[in-house]
Amino acid sequence: MQELVNRAKELLADGTVTRVLGWKSGDLAYNPEPAYFETDDSLQNFVYNGFCGANLSKYMITASKLEGKTLVFLKPCDTYSFNQLIKEHRIDRDKAYIIGVGCKGKLDIEKIKKMGIKGIESISGIDMEDDTDILKIQTIYGEKSCNYSDVMLERCHMCKGKEHKIYDEIIGESKDTHDGDRFAEIEKIEAMTPAEKFVFFQKELSKCIRCNACRNVCPACSCLKCVFDNNKFDSQQKANVDSFEEKMFHIIRAFHVAGRCTDCGECSRVCPQGIPLHLFNRKFIKDINELYGEFQAGEDAQTNGPLTSFTFDDAEPSIVSERG
Amino acid sequence: MSVENKKEFKPKIVAFCCNWCSYAGADLAGSSRLNYPADVKIIRVPCSCRVNPMFILRAFEKGADGVIMCGCHPGDCHYSTGNYYARRRMTLLFSMLDYIGIENGRTRVEWVSAAEGVKFSTTMNDFVEKIYSLGENVKLGDLRCKN
Amino acid sequence: MYKINRENLSALFQLIAEKQELYLPVNVANQVNFAPWTEDSNVDLDILKTVKSPKDVFFPQSENLYTVKKENKKYVIKQEELKSQEFVVFGMKACDVQAVRVLDNVFLSQPVDTFYQARRNHGTIVAMACNEPEESCFCKVFGIDCANPLADVSVWMVENELFWKATSEKGEKLTEQVKSLFTKVDETEQNKIETVKENIHNIVEKLPYMNLSLEGWDGNSTSDKFDSELWEELYKPCLACGTCTFVCPTCQCYDIKDYNTGKGIQRYRCWDSCMYSDFTMMAHGNNRTSQMQRFRQRFMHKLVYYPANNNGMYSCVGCGRCVDKCPVSLNIVKVIKSFHNKEDNK
Repeated sequence: MQELVNRAKELLADGTVTRVLGWKSGDLAYNPEPAYFETDDSLQNFVYNGFCGANLSKYMITASKLEGKTLVFLKPCDTYSFNQLIKEHRIDRDKAYIIGVGCKGKLDIEKIKKMGIKGIESISGIDMEDDTDILKIQTIYGEKSCNYSDVMLERCHMCKGKEHKIYDEIIGESKDTHDGDRFAEIEKIEAMTPAEKFVFFQKELSKCIRCNACRNVCPACSCLKCVFDNNKFDSQQKANVDSFEEKMFHIIRAFHVAGRCTDCGECSRVCPQGIPLHLFNRKFIKDINELYGEFQAGEDAQTNGPLTSFTFDDAEPSIVSERG
Repeated sequence: MSVENKKEFKPKIVAFCCNWCSYAGADLAGSSRLNYPADVKIIRVPCSCRVNPMFILRAFEKGADGVIMCGCHPGDCHYSTGNYYARRRMTLLFSMLDYIGIENGRTRVEWVSAAEGVKFSTTMNDFVEKIYSLGENVKLGDLRCKN
Repeated sequence: MYKINRENLSALFQLIAEKQELYLPVNVANQVNFAPWTEDSNVDLDILKTVKSPKDVFFPQSENLYTVKKENKKYVIKQEELKSQEFVVFGMKACDVQAVRVLDNVFLSQPVDTFYQARRNHGTIVAMACNEPEESCFCKVFGIDCANPLADVSVWMVENELFWKATSEKGEKLTEQVKSLFTKVDETEQNKIETVKENIHNIVEKLPYMNLSLEGWDGNSTSDKFDSELWEELYKPCLACGTCTFVCPTCQCYDIKDYNTGKGIQRYRCWDSCMYSDFTMMAHGNNRTSQMQRFRQRFMHKLVYYPANNNGMYSCVGCGRCVDKCPVSLNIVKVIKSFHNKEDNK
């Protein structure tokens, strides 16, 4: 981590960048927040550890409009979102100096708490330098421990690899934490009967409080004004008055990012009600892969997305009922 | 569903028809005195590509039991390529609706040209029949619109 | 004072639910929220904080106000009926109970909100002590004792028994209804509760946020807080989502909307969030045009404007839900601390 701070200071000093976009240490063991740094002094609060899950790509939309270059720290999976945003002309590549940071999987505090670990004072084993698979958690009820991989974010089990897709330089080693099948859950749902599917989604979606966190955190949701924020729109963005509205919102949210979603998993990370929102996005990804050929959004900043291109012999929509 | 219930059920069906082909096809069906059920309400759109996935959901919200989209045959789009994009969109949307447990018979896409009055009429008859067999759409409507 | 064995709690819930609606923490798809009790509810009484606060019970996220329909060429307006049946909320925590008092000050002062008032009049609150408060809790800062919740009935979970003490008329009435399941508690056993309280107080002392200072935050601090340049810096990571306001037990802003049912209009109200772009949007436009202003509003309202209008009572109760749930780990505690740090550096 010190290496990152030193490099940031160098780049600030020689005028390459005017500000740094990174993470600032929080006041608990696990709550760092995204932050801008403009001086050497402020960089003493810089932190990069296992809880820095937040994807900083979307902040670059604002930063692209500021004077001067911004140094941004991107994890391997964040670079996909960054590429996608360049493709959509939402950010300016020339306004960013990208340092690709190493990543060995990010942690989910909810999972730690679900294990019954409460009253957390400090957690060791979360720093990039720590060469351990065990987290040691100091709580007011004594020391607890758990496996690093058991409390990783869901998305890290589906890691897209340790390669940065876009960067100016790379600092730190990454680890491929991929150990699951990305579409296993989707296939399980597809195999259900319509009634079972309906009950499953009804149960999950009924928890939705329409806080819009999934939308606002999504790097692909970069509209200046969302269709759901239109005050001439009947289904309001503030509450699910009827169970129809939560379905409408989540289907449309996922549809609007279909073909552009890099599967960064931020939506599922931020949902206060723990709704597995990636199930919607991945369903679209799976369909796209099966029907229109393998496609990974954000792999590069040029290729046309699957919904902005076509072939003459695409599958007909009736395939949905035909495949049973 | 019992026989009596079936008699009472009057489905509401929304058909999005492209201005250049399917709407003209419907016109031809009419002027050729071909029958198709009055349950079908046609909404004219400039191109099948104009159909936003939200239109489909909105139709269901307001009480539709089935939604069908008709456009020019692939290759014949008035705007050259509109229906190709629409085809991909609708495929994904229908697949998603199927995925969350909505009966997949409630949504359909058919390509109907301006000369295919007969196809329009048989398609609509067939689709209405299908919706009759599926019954009322209870999974995807807004309850406030029901009473 | 009475007690009941933990195993008999479902019988207790059944008995309460026979006479009136019963709301309590229920686990649905791995998340615990307050919900009406049914026989197959997965009740979770060990949860410290439900995701959403129980304010829904008195002030639902959305509720109908009236319906307009056209009948025989005439418009007929039908007002939604007020709550007229008794109900019980079981397992509210001390902070959430205090939050209801915060809401009372808003909705029960003139002009009275009749929908809210009806719910308050018919609701009986059974408040439960927090056995294991967490690091994100800071109720003590606002003078709340989580070991000693005070509502209509106070309950403590002591090992495998639930101790029950009615503290109001409504509470006595509810106790009468369910007394058959209870055993009386003698004086020696009452000491058990004192031990539990002491344990809780010991835990509270160890928690990092519990001794947060509110110095500089009161009804008179508008001028030096409002124009602070610190807001410009603090709001930056904010995503402008409504998580903090929707999980908050005291946020009370609402919006009134019309829904076109195709046959008429339903006028409903739903929670609003100061984080949303159309917050306080009026015909002339919006007087809070930037996210910074909206962000500032939330904290100024809780710690400055509300105390100014309510004899110094804060409209934050330190439940810590926003601390737990903010997607970018931004929260009221960090805001309070930032102002302290800034003043220290001067």
